Amino acid sequence: MVHRMTRRTLLTTASLAAAGVATGPWVVRARAQGAPLKVGLVLPYTGVYAVLGESITQGMELVFARENWTVAGRKIEMIKEDDEMKPPVGIRKTEKLIDSDKVDILTGPVHSGILMGMRDKVHSSKTILIVSNAGADAISRERCSKWIFRTSFSNWQPCQPMGGWVAKNVAKEVFQVAPNYQAGKDMMEAFKETFVPAGGKVVAEDYPKLGETDYAPYLTKIKQSGAKAVFAFFSGTDAVNFVKQYDQFGLKQTTKLTGAGFLTEPDVLPAQGRSALGVITGHFYTPVLDNPTNQRFVKEFREKFSNKMPDGFACQGYDTAETIVRALKAVNGNTQDKEKLVAALEKTEFDSPRGRFRFDPKTHNVIQPFIYVREVKEVAGGLNNVPIDKVADVRDPGTGCTLPA
Amino acid sequence: MPFVLDLFAQALNGLSYGVLLFLLSVGLTLIFGMLDVVNLAHGSFYMLGAYAGLTLIAATGNFWLALAAAPLVVGMIGVVIERSCLRPLYWRGPLDQVLLTFGLIYLFEDLVKWIWGGRIRSIPPPDLFSGSVTLWGATVPSYRMFVIAFGLVMAVVLWLLIERTRLGAIIRAGVFDSEMAAGMGINVDRVFTGVFAFGAGLAGLSGVIAGPIQSAQPPMGATILVPALIVVVVGGLGSLKGSLVGSLIIGQAETFGKAWLPGASMLIIYLVMALVLLLRPQGLFGRALK
Repeated sequence: MVHRMTRRTLLTTASLAAAGVATGPWVVRARAQGAPLKVGLVLPYTGVYAVLGESITQGMELVFARENWTVAGRKIEMIKEDDEMKPPVGIRKTEKLIDSDKVDILTGPVHSGILMGMRDKVHSSKTILIVSNAGADAISRERCSKWIFRTSFSNWQPCQPMGGWVAKNVAKEVFQVAPNYQAGKDMMEAFKETFVPAGGKVVAEDYPKLGETDYAPYLTKIKQSGAKAVFAFFSGTDAVNFVKQYDQFGLKQTTKLTGAGFLTEPDVLPAQGRSALGVITGHFYTPVLDNPTNQRFVKEFREKFSNKMPDGFACQGYDTAETIVRALKAVNGNTQDKEKLVAALEKTEFDSPRGRFRFDPKTHNVIQPFIYVREVKEVAGGLNNVPIDKVADVRDPGTGCTLPA
Repeated sequence: MPFVLDLFAQALNGLSYGVLLFLLSVGLTLIFGMLDVVNLAHGSFYMLGAYAGLTLIAATGNFWLALAAAPLVVGMIGVVIERSCLRPLYWRGPLDQVLLTFGLIYLFEDLVKWIWGGRIRSIPPPDLFSGSVTLWGATVPSYRMFVIAFGLVMAVVLWLLIERTRLGAIIRAGVFDSEMAAGMGINVDRVFTGVFAFGAGLAGLSGVIAGPIQSAQPPMGATILVPALIVVVVGGLGSLKGSLVGSLIIGQAETFGKAWLPGASMLIIYLVMALVLLLRPQGLFGRALK
């Protein structure tokens, strides 16, 4: 007699599955060493954005490995925590890293919502946080903190220059589409800032859920909206699915696809394939930049990580680690005097793969040397984001930020 | 008539999504109906199908070959899983089965990461269906038209197989009363293994079919499981017809939800499920509850 399963059991099972699917165990790799410098990473290592967390981590590892995992006499220990792209999890992991691991420096996260949730804990515990991805504009504005630096970007930065550029060079009627969360909203607003004054008209906008797999309903709406171009922000699997389906619906021929750089980063380009050809995006980095630091970075990165092409996320990781290394050397490895460490971080300046890296002292956010307008083209070695234009020194307006706070 | 056109275009979108859900949920519901096992690892078979498919395409360059062979590969994995893991649990409570198949999700996810890496991959559509077609003013990727046709043909084939063949009769007998069937000389063990492998193969098939539309990455098996379970609940446990009707309903509900109320598209699906359960607790085509 086989055991009969009831509908109730099935329903329980289904909800168990829904709740438990992403909360898998995550093994932390820690090194046991004496008096190490503890760097805590709050990043997604599972789920839609796992590849981003991986790239950032690899960029950091490249720099730390170059320093033989020792800076100013202190061993560097990375403590990785999987935030699963869930704010409650990310905040819990942050508390764990600060309270029980007592990390010297915190980095991450990818998700803007997690960053916003982490902010008060970091600020009140005076923990130095170097934001290596999340672009929430507020962190450079009304929610800025003396203890928080950002090596990546504010959501405003890659999109604001694109608005004017698209209005001038592509089309005046645009459909905007982005995932339904903070970063998506920030980016769409930033685009409008220069797009509308340049005579542009937003025909419609849509916010699908994060992790959507079928964009058909939205693509049909774009087709029938009469828009001449689309400005989109997607990342990871979302970017792959959106760009592929955009092409399959025959929109590429009628409606130019533009967006924030994450749409066609090297982590998603191979899977998008020729569907990505011609997509125009704004970003502070592309692996084809011809400066010596970048050429060395691309070469070493590909050697270390089985020929993987570095992306903007890897560059963010690189710059985060480089910032840590340089600031630490400047204070001779003394992380006790936090005021001094903050001062050293503020002054950090170096040649990054993206250009001359420096923080804006007003906001602690990176001043982007350039925002490149890039088009996906076929080049030696496959598809890549080739710069076709650029805007120099893009710094977040930092409205409402008063440091020191 | 732009509104009617819009309606038609979105209905086609919903149909292609629904058919994909059908190919996935039919295996889930068959395994449940015959073996009384809620196989949470069903999504993993879907994922394995996609990865087996992309490997076969990389090796042969032939989508159709991959479409035929990947389900066989996944079916074989199904045989191994049924024989080694599930068989000892048939006589124990459903919780053991649920925990085991839930554990398999992680096992397969890590296995896929280990073999193929965590990078996002995708299957290119076959050349024959790489463009788009315009049907009465609605633009639809030709590949999605193929998916719709393929799914509907599969529904007919499965129905004939189960309702009109001797094999189907054996399966139905095994489900209805396995002791009696065994008494009649049917090898029930073998039927169970066969049904499980067949269901797994169908999940593998839908993985390959979904490949050109979506992307392949390790968590895909876990994410697809929830809509598939919803379809099974709405359609009725163990019912082939329920799986088809449930898939079409959920496909349309989600698609129109996205188009008209994007913020509430997931809510709409859960509302549909709640409504069905209120009116027909056993699902639309489920066995009456005892």
